[in-house]
Amino acid sequence: MELLLQDLHKQFGAFSALRDIHLKVRSGELIALLGPSGSGKTTLLRAIAGLLPVDSGQIFFGARNATGLSLRERRVGFVFQHYALFKHLDVFENVAFGLRSKPRRERPSADEITQRVNRLLSRVQLSELGRRMPDQLSGGQRQRVALARAMAIDPTVLLLDEPFGALDAKVRVELRRWLRQIHDDTGYTTLFVTHDQEEAMELADRVVVLNQGRIEQVGTPDEVYRRPQSSFVFDFIGRGTQIAGHAANGSFRAHGQEHSIALPSGAGFEGTGLLSVRPHDLRLVESGRGLAGKVRQMRTLAGRTTLDIELAANALMVEVDIEGDDAKHMPERGAQVAIAPIAARFYQLPAP
Amino acid sequence: MLAERRAAATHTDSALREPAWLRWTLIALVVLAMLGLIVLPLAVVMVEALAQGFLGYLKAIGDAETLAAIKLTLLVAAIAVPLNALFGIAAAWSITKYEFWGKRVLLALIDLPFAVSPVVAGLVFVLLFGAHGWFGPWLAERDVQVIFATPGIVLATVFITFPFVARELIPLMQAQGRDEEEAAVSLGANGWTLFWRVTLPNIRWALLYGVLLCNARAMGEFGAVSVVSGHIRGLTNTLPLQVEILHNEFNFAAAFAVASLLTLLALLTLVLKLWLEARHGDALGARAHRH
Repeated sequence: MELLLQDLHKQFGAFSALRDIHLKVRSGELIALLGPSGSGKTTLLRAIAGLLPVDSGQIFFGARNATGLSLRERRVGFVFQHYALFKHLDVFENVAFGLRSKPRRERPSADEITQRVNRLLSRVQLSELGRRMPDQLSGGQRQRVALARAMAIDPTVLLLDEPFGALDAKVRVELRRWLRQIHDDTGYTTLFVTHDQEEAMELADRVVVLNQGRIEQVGTPDEVYRRPQSSFVFDFIGRGTQIAGHAANGSFRAHGQEHSIALPSGAGFEGTGLLSVRPHDLRLVESGRGLAGKVRQMRTLAGRTTLDIELAANALMVEVDIEGDDAKHMPERGAQVAIAPIAARFYQLPAP
Repeated sequence: MLAERRAAATHTDSALREPAWLRWTLIALVVLAMLGLIVLPLAVVMVEALAQGFLGYLKAIGDAETLAAIKLTLLVAAIAVPLNALFGIAAAWSITKYEFWGKRVLLALIDLPFAVSPVVAGLVFVLLFGAHGWFGPWLAERDVQVIFATPGIVLATVFITFPFVARELIPLMQAQGRDEEEAAVSLGANGWTLFWRVTLPNIRWALLYGVLLCNARAMGEFGAVSVVSGHIRGLTNTLPLQVEILHNEFNFAAAFAVASLLTLLALLTLVLKLWLEARHGDALGARAHRH
């Protein structure tokens, strides 16, 4: 089902939890709500579910205006961060809960409930564990029960709050692939909250980056990584360095530096702002043609060497990735070097 | 989890170790005090109750007035305890699920019956419903007697035992949070399903614990009931009042026989309480436990 959010606002006292939220989610899309803590991503998820009323704005599920509908009426499949399984019910009954809670005339027969629950349990690979109690399951298993339970009501949308937050790293990666698989098989429109950019980038069709209650950017993982629309998004997604300075006529002068360096051709940056560069877009150049600095640390991993270079101009630590791990071609620790970008983004700072 | 707690306790022991003589002196003092103040009186009650033999014991309990007192006590508990279970659930529900103005005041008020002397509680009801009380004349016109009758005793008992259930449930429900309930509603549960299939199963042991303590107090309450009862033999005497009357009449064997019933109730409560704590300690929540 398609999901449309129009101009959502939510205020907690003096704190704006959501501001000007516009978002259109296509039917069957898998969307990541990504942001640091306090950015409003969980608030947004809870607002869509109906767990939290918004102060203004509209929420549409397909053509239906859901803004005034209660949590119960919205029929979303919500997977809670700590799963919120019913402790006193076994796995089977947890999954059956939504079916048994339907009004009598819509409720499936006992046989049908058993069949549907068993189908769901086999889909989440828990067929053998139907009679286990939640406290006899591992974290990953609980997560899968929670997902099966949410899918049992044939939800309008699936909403997952930090679905992998409470799991250890290995289980996390497994579950991530598996969730993608389930999503592709079932086709539910799915939104999940995460603060882990790697998770968002690997799993989602599109990523919604939130900061201070606003949407900073919406795009595919590739778009968001390659063309971050704000300095916040650049900084939050992937590694990189932001150097304050002044750009004009194809050159850039860092604050505190005397001479300018040439910018990649055709960049067309103008004004005072942040020159933002990924580590793999920086190159070592002849001194005088780049930003001067000193090599502080170097690490080699899997055919790639990363240098930490401290800029002379402002003591900023810059990461530079160099292909190859041949020590002969690398500067030594403590060496004076100069670096220049072959690609960069530039974010103007508001005039002081 | 229990093991962890024990481990933590042992750890504290080693860190805060007093000299052996001090430890043993303190322990001996406590044991002596317990023996003298609690075990000895209990034993005396049982011994005195049986002073005139088992037949004498049965005869004392089989006395018509005593039987009436037993009946009244059971009746009062049968009304007051379910009422307070309901009030307790309602109070815990509203305090933990809703935000409203005056919540803290309400929370403090729930504890009021613990803080007020039972005699004062009894007097309040006399002032309200007695012959010269605020509502006394109005009630008298309609031929309803509250004070010196069963309704007054029930009212006083309800007042005194009000906090027991609520006090058990509130911290537990606060610790459990709302996730499971939100999940249930998102899955389509209505209020009824929510309560019977999610809320109640989560609080059942704590509820039972609260009911147990509430019942013990309801049957044993003396002060407030004494004020509103009027001590009419065979009519408005509860068990504790009956004990007092028999004692005042120097009918010691009978007094102790009736007292032994209350003592047995106390022991039974204690055993059930210990069982609940051992078997379902996790679900009682007072020890703030969460997975």
